[in-house]
Amino acid sequence: MTLDFASQADYLLALLPEIVLSLWAMLVLMVDVFQKGNRVEASRPVVAWLSLAGLVVTAAANGWLLTIEEAAVTGMVAVDSFRVFVNFIVLIAAALAILISIGYLDRRGINRGEFYALLLFATVGMMLLGAARDLILLFLALELMSVALYVLVGFDRRDPRSSEGALKYFLLGSFSSGFLLYGIALVFGSARSTNLSAIVPLLPSLQESPMFLIGAGLLLVGLAFKVAVMPFHVWTPDAYDGAPTPVTALMATGVKAAAFAAFIRVFAVGFAGIYNEWSVVLSWLALLTMFGANLIALTQGSVKRMLAYSSIAHAGYLLVAVLAANAYGAAAFLFYLLVYTLMTAGAFGIVIANSRGANELNKLDDYAGFGWREPLLGAVFSIFLLSLAGFPLTGGFIGKLYILRSSLEAGNVELAVSLVLASVISYFYYLRVVVVMYMRPAPAEEANRTVLLTGPGQLAMSVSAVAVLALFFVPGWVLDVAQRSVASLFTVPGTFFGLGP
Amino acid sequence: MILRVQQTAETVVAEAQAGAFEPILLGLIVLLPLIGFAINGVAAILAARTAERRRWSSSSHHGGSEGEADEYSNETHSVMDAEPTGVVPWTHRLPSLVAPGVMLLAFALAVANLFGMMGVELEEPIVRTYWSWIPVGELQVEAALQLDQLSLLMTLVVTGVGALIHLFSVGYMSHDPGYPRYMAYLNLFVFFMLVLVLGASFPVMFVGWEGVGLCSYLLIGFWFSEKANADAGKKAFIVNRIGDFGFLIAMLLIFVDLGALGYVEVFERAPQLDYAGPVVTAICLFLFLGAVGKSAQIPLYVWLPDAMAGPTPVSALIHAATMVTAGVYLVVRASTLFAMAPAASLLVALVGAVTALFAATIGLKQWDIKKVLAYSTISQLGFMFAAVGMGAYVAGVFHLMTHAFFKACLFLGSGAVIHALHEAMHATHSHADAQDMRNMGGLRRYLPITFATMAIATLAIAGVAPFAGFFSKDEIVGAAWIGSAGELPLSQASLFGVGGGTWMGMIAILLSIAAFLTAFYMGRLMLYTFFGPNRTGEAERQHLHEVGWTMSVPLIVLAVMSTIGGFFNVDSLVPIVNLFSPFAFGGDAALHNWLHPVIIGAEEVWASNTAAIPEVHHASWPILLAILVGVAGLVLAAVVLKPQLLGTPEETPAYEGNLEKVLYNKWYVDELYQRIVVRPVWGLSRAFYSVVDRGTIDGIIDGVLGRGAMLLGLSAGRVQTGQVNTYAFIIIVGVIVVLGSIVVM
Repeated sequence: MTLDFASQADYLLALLPEIVLSLWAMLVLMVDVFQKGNRVEASRPVVAWLSLAGLVVTAAANGWLLTIEEAAVTGMVAVDSFRVFVNFIVLIAAALAILISIGYLDRRGINRGEFYALLLFATVGMMLLGAARDLILLFLALELMSVALYVLVGFDRRDPRSSEGALKYFLLGSFSSGFLLYGIALVFGSARSTNLSAIVPLLPSLQESPMFLIGAGLLLVGLAFKVAVMPFHVWTPDAYDGAPTPVTALMATGVKAAAFAAFIRVFAVGFAGIYNEWSVVLSWLALLTMFGANLIALTQGSVKRMLAYSSIAHAGYLLVAVLAANAYGAAAFLFYLLVYTLMTAGAFGIVIANSRGANELNKLDDYAGFGWREPLLGAVFSIFLLSLAGFPLTGGFIGKLYILRSSLEAGNVELAVSLVLASVISYFYYLRVVVVMYMRPAPAEEANRTVLLTGPGQLAMSVSAVAVLALFFVPGWVLDVAQRSVASLFTVPGTFFGLGP
Repeated sequence: MILRVQQTAETVVAEAQAGAFEPILLGLIVLLPLIGFAINGVAAILAARTAERRRWSSSSHHGGSEGEADEYSNETHSVMDAEPTGVVPWTHRLPSLVAPGVMLLAFALAVANLFGMMGVELEEPIVRTYWSWIPVGELQVEAALQLDQLSLLMTLVVTGVGALIHLFSVGYMSHDPGYPRYMAYLNLFVFFMLVLVLGASFPVMFVGWEGVGLCSYLLIGFWFSEKANADAGKKAFIVNRIGDFGFLIAMLLIFVDLGALGYVEVFERAPQLDYAGPVVTAICLFLFLGAVGKSAQIPLYVWLPDAMAGPTPVSALIHAATMVTAGVYLVVRASTLFAMAPAASLLVALVGAVTALFAATIGLKQWDIKKVLAYSTISQLGFMFAAVGMGAYVAGVFHLMTHAFFKACLFLGSGAVIHALHEAMHATHSHADAQDMRNMGGLRRYLPITFATMAIATLAIAGVAPFAGFFSKDEIVGAAWIGSAGELPLSQASLFGVGGGTWMGMIAILLSIAAFLTAFYMGRLMLYTFFGPNRTGEAERQHLHEVGWTMSVPLIVLAVMSTIGGFFNVDSLVPIVNLFSPFAFGGDAALHNWLHPVIIGAEEVWASNTAAIPEVHHASWPILLAILVGVAGLVLAAVVLKPQLLGTPEETPAYEGNLEKVLYNKWYVDELYQRIVVRPVWGLSRAFYSVVDRGTIDGIIDGVLGRGAMLLGLSAGRVQTGQVNTYAFIIIVGVIVVLGSIVVM
């Protein structure tokens, strides 16, 4: 089927996965309300399972998108396989977040159906973000996602850290939305359009326009804030630390995936014509992020905070892929995003498993003896950590290798070398957790601590760990799909991505 | 020496028949240890569950026993935790069969392949591709194994010595609560080691390279409850990352410049590069950096002595016989590349020779029996690197093989000694250090088999004829003398403006001194351990007894191999050595002929790039010197050292005088690294944290923006409000910088 967006009804088809998921989220809300009536009580497990089912149905609709072609690349919504790939990653992130929420919400006494509904709405926002080819849609998607997330971060109102994290996220998030919106306004002012495909042909003439460049710079800041690039990362440690852990997992994976997808669409593809203008400053941000985040992570005593900084550092690695701005870069980016989502969501799942009731302080010492108390989860966590570090035998290694390769291809040698050096630093703090887990005996009073992750969650973690390993030994298939997915991006006129694989 | 091969090359070619050789179950050799790992791993997980439950129930009854254990030194845990329980659970019995079983099967398959390959003269390596691993554009890496003479030899060493050490472990470790886990790790190690030696490309080798590092790390920290052990594991891991960094860069360079990563293609295309040019030199130097990390050479050797914290069979298998020799294997495997880079090769040889001497000096003054052997291993690896650096590839591999025999024998022997002392001390609840030689003495009466086998291995490592080490070490030192006479291709090269011949003369002298010191410290080790009066203690002495058959059989087999291992490569052209020609296995200079197809690429490079070199003539004086050095070292130790005067650690100070102090403290290299590397990194990360994310910036802007914050009404909470400000401020600064730079550019 070919869509030309001549009729508005075409958008219904192009947005089918998002529409399905939005309706499903409302259904989840209704089911929850009708079950409870006027009683104040925890939601039934069926709400969680219903939400998961919604994700599965959405995934099916998303797969169906592959059968659709667009007549031209001018629509507000992109219908290409890049979007489909990103959507799958976002859906996986959301599914993992829901799976580790089961049981967790009850324990914290915040099991209310809105949680799942909000999570699904945030997911809709992320999916739109990966699809937006128009800056207005981009902004709407970003806000749809963010508003749901502000609430989710502060979902445990009685926990001061949760509320504090939400407030900070909200304040600084609005702040950065302001920048983004102002940037869109300036771009529109100089280019007379918010549609990227309309802006691309004008780039040569806009290259000298300070108004346009400032607009692009503000766009860059707004997106850098969402993906938590230093120095726009400042909200991240507090928000990640304060948020209920499944929300943290979603923010570290799905949100980052979606915002990075937008980054690629706007900068690597849309603004490719002014690559020289944005690449230098972004390179410096990438360097600062890689080294800064890794060095700070070294000093963290809390595992959850350490993982927050680790996710910032990974934003730096992904920026290197964006900066490669070639076909390999985009493919490497998609591949790494998949590995990253699995291992990061997995690591946060273990944080839940090892927390004490509502107390999620998760000091490093709390992991003493964890590897022996829980052999399966200990092994799984080790795999995630080694993969995050980029240790060979895990998907994280192959991912980094691809990024390195794309970066060398683009001639960014210093970025590639920095990436390797930065990840050498990171070995230390990832490894420290493994060491504590296996090589320090647990204090005796911890004997009866049970693992706080339910069966479905444990299964999800194990499957993710196996997937992370499989992505090392047989990465060919996924990489092939990733390469074919990005090939669709290069049909955008004005791009210099002539060099397909 | 290596030219020996050129003379026989024509005959080899003449004899070559086009007979097809099919490798026998090549994949299964690699797979068997992995299967063993899977079975033992399941047993380990189940055992850990039960043990954990039992530990909790017992620790709640008598809680104070934990602290007591900490006073014991490293190895005490194996016996400490071995509370005799009535029934041995199946999780402890199964690994005793599975782990050595899979190793024996793998060894049998390797032997079958050996016989198959001996029938045909194989010119080209056999590559078996299993699946396409990394297919990206022109970067095509297959998951493939390569069988040729070198990889088969390495496989035989790994599975053969490995099987013996697995058997030894059954006796040594079976009482340990973590026994199934230990066996699982050991099997996993062998799997990765086989991937390393059998891989058909650099990336596949790298998988094995990383895997063995991981297993080494897990096994060093096996008795993780002691911080020192865990730290040792971490140290090994991190130091090895530096080496791996070199390996990765080298791979990248190879791919960029040659467009391939499979051995066959790379070595085919290598001669296209400029001979002695910067590219190939850089590739070789980075490869060597990887080798230096893995094989514990200067400056990255510091992890290996600490790695002795692991169980002794691990030291024997990983840190003596197999993993640490991977660097030597790498250089020989890439011999075509190294032949293209003569300056890099000379550097390899020089680093090896200096390491050989440096580590030998430290070995002189260690009291821990395993530390002596650890420094000895570093030193012997130095010999191997000296050999492969000078282009004497076969000599390096030869020494790698004989070293695997005698050093594994020495380590297992020391394990038997430690084991016996432990049980004795455990019986009397003594807290003395079971690895300190000052607590030993006179043990030959209590451990006759251990003594006899270790004595043979000592003669072998000291280079006494006709034991294995004599032939291999002589070949290395002899090559250096020949090179100094200008009769090796590398004699024409130069490094730092000094000619190769001069360097090789210096290397020969360094190696000769190192060989002398080797004989001396090994004599010292034997004297203090097995001679003189026993210093273990009255009560303990009653409990000293010889080890069981699972431990003595590997010792005896390895001692036999240490005796006859040299006969695999007896060269009838070398005077004195040729006296042993009647005993030679497989004909004259068998190993040279066997490995010739592997290093023919290097010879072709030399043939086309260097001027004709004078014919090698073997003098007899280097051989006499080598024999003299070995015997003199042993004799000197026997004359100078007085084991009867030695006391226990309380009575005998660790060192006397400044030189001894420096040697005992290993030239203070660890302290140096701590000061110039570790502390600065920590300082930097702390500074970063405080400046960028906490404190300091707050301080700067509190004065400026603090009041503004009050006005905005954000200062309701404690610390946080100040920080939201800070955060906003940081973002603003970022925005200004970003916009400024975009517009200015």
